[in-house]
Amino acid sequence: MAKVVVVTSGKGGVGKTTSTAALGAALAQSGKRVVVIDFDVGLRNLDLVLGAERRVVFDLINVTQGVAKLSQALIRDKRIEQLYLLPASQTRDKDALTEEGVGQVIAELRTKFDYIICDSPAGIERGAQLAMRFADEAVVVTNPEVSSVRDSDRIIGLLDSRTLRAEQGETVRKYILITRFDAARASRGEMLGIDDMLDILSTPLLGIIPESEGVLRASNVGCPVTLNEPANPAARAYSDAARRLLGEDIPMALPVDRRGLFDRLFGRRAA
Amino acid sequence: MSLFDLFKKRGSAPVARERLQVLLAYERTSRQKPDLVLMLQEEIMAVIARHVHIDQDDVRVSIDRGDTVSTLEIDIQLPNGDSMALAS
Repeated sequence: MAKVVVVTSGKGGVGKTTSTAALGAALAQSGKRVVVIDFDVGLRNLDLVLGAERRVVFDLINVTQGVAKLSQALIRDKRIEQLYLLPASQTRDKDALTEEGVGQVIAELRTKFDYIICDSPAGIERGAQLAMRFADEAVVVTNPEVSSVRDSDRIIGLLDSRTLRAEQGETVRKYILITRFDAARASRGEMLGIDDMLDILSTPLLGIIPESEGVLRASNVGCPVTLNEPANPAARAYSDAARRLLGEDIPMALPVDRRGLFDRLFGRRAA
Repeated sequence: MSLFDLFKKRGSAPVARERLQVLLAYERTSRQKPDLVLMLQEEIMAVIARHVHIDQDDVRVSIDRGDTVSTLEIDIQLPNGDSMALAS
């Protein structure tokens, strides 16, 4: 049965689009039929991160307004089979997106795909609410930073009240995905730790994505990090997170602090 | 600073954690019900305005939200004696 997953956060710049691309790619690489939808009307970027920016003809709003058929707007990834992109409109008024239109598109996608991943815009306005509206599950992307944790808490509140599932008395299954984590800084008490964040947000953990240069390299070339550098720690963390989404029981590998006892005692930084 | 402090884990993360816990505890409860302190502030102001003409500048309101106790501080400067105008 198809699952609709929203990737959301409240705060901008924490890695929603990167995570959507990486999780979508990892799920498709494991054989699932996946479509990723960009809900950021006017500021689309998922096309760029996936390297499909020059192939956009029609977009989500074209489809909801009946200007284009869904099959015309879907862009098939050239590298990963069964990975498709439904881009956001770059030009139109964001009010052009309606709940009814989005509902129809998602209903049609449910018949064709295993995973429908909705990349939410930042904020808690209309676009973000429509992105989460039809979700079965939610990935709340959080940085180890006070503003991000606060906004995640707010978004979790909205997932529990403003989604269709919540209104029907069901729940949206929620996960925290911690991105840009630096284990060394956390161990020195300079950064919120994993337990701190899970404790505060009281939501299960989907994965810990370490801060990594490979993430920027991947977006530079328009390729999901799981495909561009499969051995990169961030890529491995995304692949593990995708397998947990599929229901597999993968032990959580904390990005290890490799400093020895001597360095710890004298507070030296890892090279 | 005692010798023991030298071995205590330092860093700003515990401060972040504590601030978030206090803030989110407050924000979560206020999401369900209207802000009690703000409601008190509005109603107290309305009562005063019913009896005394006061300038907005003569009123200073501050709220300090704590973990278990919040303080609402209202500082109103009332004009003296004869110049004190009763509102109808």
